[in-house]
Amino acid sequence: MNGFRTLFYKETLRFWKVGFQTVAAPVLTAMLYLLIFAHVLEGRVQVYEAVSYTGFLVPGLVMMSVLQNAFANSSSSLIQSKVTGNIIFVLLPPLSYREFFAAYVLASVVRGLVVGAGVLVVTLWFVRLPWASPLWILAFAVLGGAILGALGVIAGIWSEKFDQLSAFQNFLIMPLTFLSGVFYSIHSLPQFWQEVSHYNPVFYLIDGFRYGFLGVSDVPPLRSLAVAATCLAVLSAFTLWMLKRGYKLRH
Amino acid sequence: MSSPAIRIAGVTKRFGAVQALAGVDLEVARGEFFGLLGPNGAGKTTLISALAGLVRPDDGRLEVMGHDVQADYRAARRSLGVVPQELVFDPFFTVRETLALQAGYFGIRDADPWIDEILENLDLTSKARVNMRALSGGMKRRVLVAQALVHRPQVIVLDEPTAGVDVELRQGLWQFVRRLNRDGHTIVLTTHYLEEAESLCGRIAMMKQGRIVALDTTANLLDRVPGHALRLRLGNGARLPEGLAVCAREEAGGMVSFDLAACDELEAILRSLREAGVRVEDMELGRPDLEQVFVQVMRGA
Ligand SMILES: Nc1ncnc2c1ncn2[C@@H]1O[C@H](COP(=O)(O)OP(=O)(O)OP(=O)(O)O)[C@@H](O)[C@H]1O
Ligand SMILES: [Mg+2]
Repeated sequence: MNGFRTLFYKETLRFWKVGFQTVAAPVLTAMLYLLIFAHVLEGRVQVYEAVSYTGFLVPGLVMMSVLQNAFANSSSSLIQSKVTGNIIFVLLPPLSYREFFAAYVLASVVRGLVVGAGVLVVTLWFVRLPWASPLWILAFAVLGGAILGALGVIAGIWSEKFDQLSAFQNFLIMPLTFLSGVFYSIHSLPQFWQEVSHYNPVFYLIDGFRYGFLGVSDVPPLRSLAVAATCLAVLSAFTLWMLKRGYKLRH
Repeated sequence: MSSPAIRIAGVTKRFGAVQALAGVDLEVARGEFFGLLGPNGAGKTTLISALAGLVRPDDGRLEVMGHDVQADYRAARRSLGVVPQELVFDPFFTVRETLALQAGYFGIRDADPWIDEILENLDLTSKARVNMRALSGGMKRRVLVAQALVHRPQVIVLDEPTAGVDVELRQGLWQFVRRLNRDGHTIVLTTHYLEEAESLCGRIAMMKQGRIVALDTTANLLDRVPGHALRLRLGNGARLPEGLAVCAREEAGGMVSFDLAACDELEAILRSLREAGVRVEDMELGRPDLEQVFVQVMRGA
């Protein structure tokens, strides 16, 4: 095993060992959203023709789970390692900063995909989705997981205490994911908020992901893909720069 | 010519207002058993961290086995095993998993036989499948030692490995570390138990406030203090004769002590006590020890 593969394996093993907390719990949360929102809004909200509200909601919920769990994986692992001090076990070996980055981000993607798949499987009881183009589904799930995984690395390294990390989560990640059109189409918003939504990268992730299931979307999927790829490139470059400097990891 | 195991040149490091390292130069030859001593906050851990790449020095160079710890960090880190001072562990894993992961980070295949051997030597075999969380403090300390050895580093640095460790393990640990040293590994040790350093280390550096204030072989350091310390307990109410009182020190518990340059001074002291009719109830003759040297060096520095 080389260093990168071991670190990647460790990061996946870490969440898998507490799967009840890291996989089952978020699947349950998504189910609760589905039960409540579908119950209240089914039949009252119609976003796209020939798509029920539940059919519209499910892909959004799946993607939201992917994103939140990808973020949670890298950020919570790093903050725990820093607070307990066991981060030195990965700082002492001859791992390059690129390997370090890749391992944490990939493990985040895996956690996001596992939870997303879990949510999807459970929701199959509630709705039939057209599965218009699975490749788009996969592309957006992986890109979204990687973007939030990288954000998680940044947040985990920047935070020195757990409450700083939860501030990051509550004031950045939650608003971005909730205001991205998971529960509604942004076309139902007033003009101003529609325009604001177009500056939210998570909107493109949800919209593109939904396109993969439904074959319809608010913006063309290629544009969403371009936005997502650009985001990932910028965030990765920034994270790598932080890691290379040893920011808050190597004094 | 082969490079030394450790070369440190002009290393400085400041944390805010604290000058943790104020220009350290040090070389440790291959195969040495080296002691790094100093009071709390002297900069020992900071120096070790700089060597391990955990702390970036403000200035200066550090090499392990001839590899610069920044420019050639992969080779440098492969050559170095560090037992950290803090008792850290990852509560998600068992002892064996912890060691297998650590070996993996170093890119080692088939680490199992060597891991078994380390577990055996550190008396951890029965704990291999136990979660790290469930180990006692001393056991966790042993796992830290095992983790540092898992990639068979040529240079092993132990930062206070015996803090909070029972006598049996301490002896077992030193036996193991001595064997590693005999097999050619360079050992650097920090400890506050000076008798440990005295019996193990061939050469010692003493640090104070980020500087090395004494650096010599253990034997030479011990030569710095007067040969022997004589401690006496005198009979009830007895006082030292005038001639002796000036060179004696009062100690706790009603003892008086003398520093003797050579053993034959003992003769003279005992004779004058006898002549003055002073009864000696108890007597101890101590060899010079590192603690005396340490105290003297720290006072002088
Ligand atoms: N990360 C840090 N941030 C701020 N100050 C630090 C940091 N690490 C060490 N110091 C300071 O640097 C000085 C040297 O600390 P260091 O831990 O190297 O001492 P030490 O010789 O290992 O002491 P001890 O015997 O207590 O382990 C101390 O004054 C300490 O407070
Ligand atoms: Mg220390």
